[in-house]
Amino acid sequence: MGFITLANTRNPLADAGTQRATLASLPLARTFEDAAAAAGHAPLRATAISVLQMNLGRRCNQACRHCHVDAGPDRTEVMTPAVVDATLAFLERSDIPTLDITGGAPELHPRFRDIVRRGRAAGRHVMDRCNLTITRLPNYADLPGFLAEHRVEVVASLPSHAARQTDAQRGAGVFEDSIAALERFNELGYGVDGSGLLLNLVTNPVGAFLPAQQAMLEADWKRELRRRHGVSFNRLYTITNMPISRYLQFLMDSGNLQAYMDRLVTAFNPAAVEGLMCRYTLSVGWDGRLYDCDFNQMIELGAAADAPQTIFDATPASLAGRRIVVGPHCFGCTAGAGSSCGGATT
Amino acid sequence: METYYHPPDLGKFAEIGKEAPELWQKFLEWYNAVFKEGALSEREKALIALAVAHAVQCPYCIDAFSTASLEKGSTPEQMTEAVHVAAAIRGGASLVHGVQMRNRIDKLSM
Repeated sequence: MGFITLANTRNPLADAGTQRATLASLPLARTFEDAAAAAGHAPLRATAISVLQMNLGRRCNQACRHCHVDAGPDRTEVMTPAVVDATLAFLERSDIPTLDITGGAPELHPRFRDIVRRGRAAGRHVMDRCNLTITRLPNYADLPGFLAEHRVEVVASLPSHAARQTDAQRGAGVFEDSIAALERFNELGYGVDGSGLLLNLVTNPVGAFLPAQQAMLEADWKRELRRRHGVSFNRLYTITNMPISRYLQFLMDSGNLQAYMDRLVTAFNPAAVEGLMCRYTLSVGWDGRLYDCDFNQMIELGAAADAPQTIFDATPASLAGRRIVVGPHCFGCTAGAGSSCGGATT
Repeated sequence: METYYHPPDLGKFAEIGKEAPELWQKFLEWYNAVFKEGALSEREKALIALAVAHAVQCPYCIDAFSTASLEKGSTPEQMTEAVHVAAAIRGGASLVHGVQMRNRIDKLSM
């Protein structure tokens, strides 16, 4: 079976260097460094780490058209046991309050449940970035129950409350499966007031435009998902699509790349710089390399040269205050209301 | 191919202000105020603008307010319905003038 991953189709953009060069070649009105400096951040620096984000690998049961990870069923990269152990040890000897588990579909990792248990045993808030459809696979039907048992926050991707837009981005039949998964999470108490089980949804625009205002969309989504499908959730996070991997390919194929980048630059919001997630996140790749965010990870922009480069060398103190490595893609997190793994930032 | 409309010209809109900067500034302030949330939401205003853009057949406005409507959270279905509203009013406007035609026919006929 052929999948649309850049890696599988031998697309030049499978190479992170080609992606960086493509973005660097675009004539933009200003650099991100200049924009951040004008907002009082010259250079942009990290604060203390409050989120440790583990990217368990590129394997996924889906192959979404906008995926910045270029994840898919044909990808083989998964976090090695040594990196899992080192990252958990790093978490346990730190006071980082949140463990954010992502992928790919992170639940496909053989040690996913072990990671969750260790994170919770260490008293940390644990988040699972879940594509919903993974819970519909026969071997993963008990996953929602496991997540509920360990009080894991579920952050689930769903680009639209309408089937056509969702399937256009994520594949045929994904919407129907996603609704069935949400029903199961609701049965367990997820997304139900008073349960304490958080079910938050993430929406990325289905195309070359910026997300709508988060609070307004959240009200629409709650009404429509309740009315049409009888499902509920806690918060809706809007995330701007990043010009990386398959979304970059989409922008190029559709002739939208320059206009989209111009839009991001024009929509630069100085107020969004302060809350940029890279300032409080440490992103760990499947091979143990360290990054300021998951987007930098995918275009292989490692942590600043004077900071530790792998989880094996890292201490929280040695990473605090590090210079954040930036590029043109960073305008994606400062456009409009700002964007992060936790939605709008302003 | 030479055409009267060029998509990059939308980006040059502000050049209209070169010969009459005060008028341009007044227009810009009024225009921006019009599209701010008021009794109508920004999304509703963008949908109205999209419909009007089709009624006045302004390709620049259609591009601008298609993007704006998507970024305000409208769905393609809602946007298509807005265009049908514009089209229905245009069609109805033609048809209702048929009453004037009938009045004239009545006046001239035995």
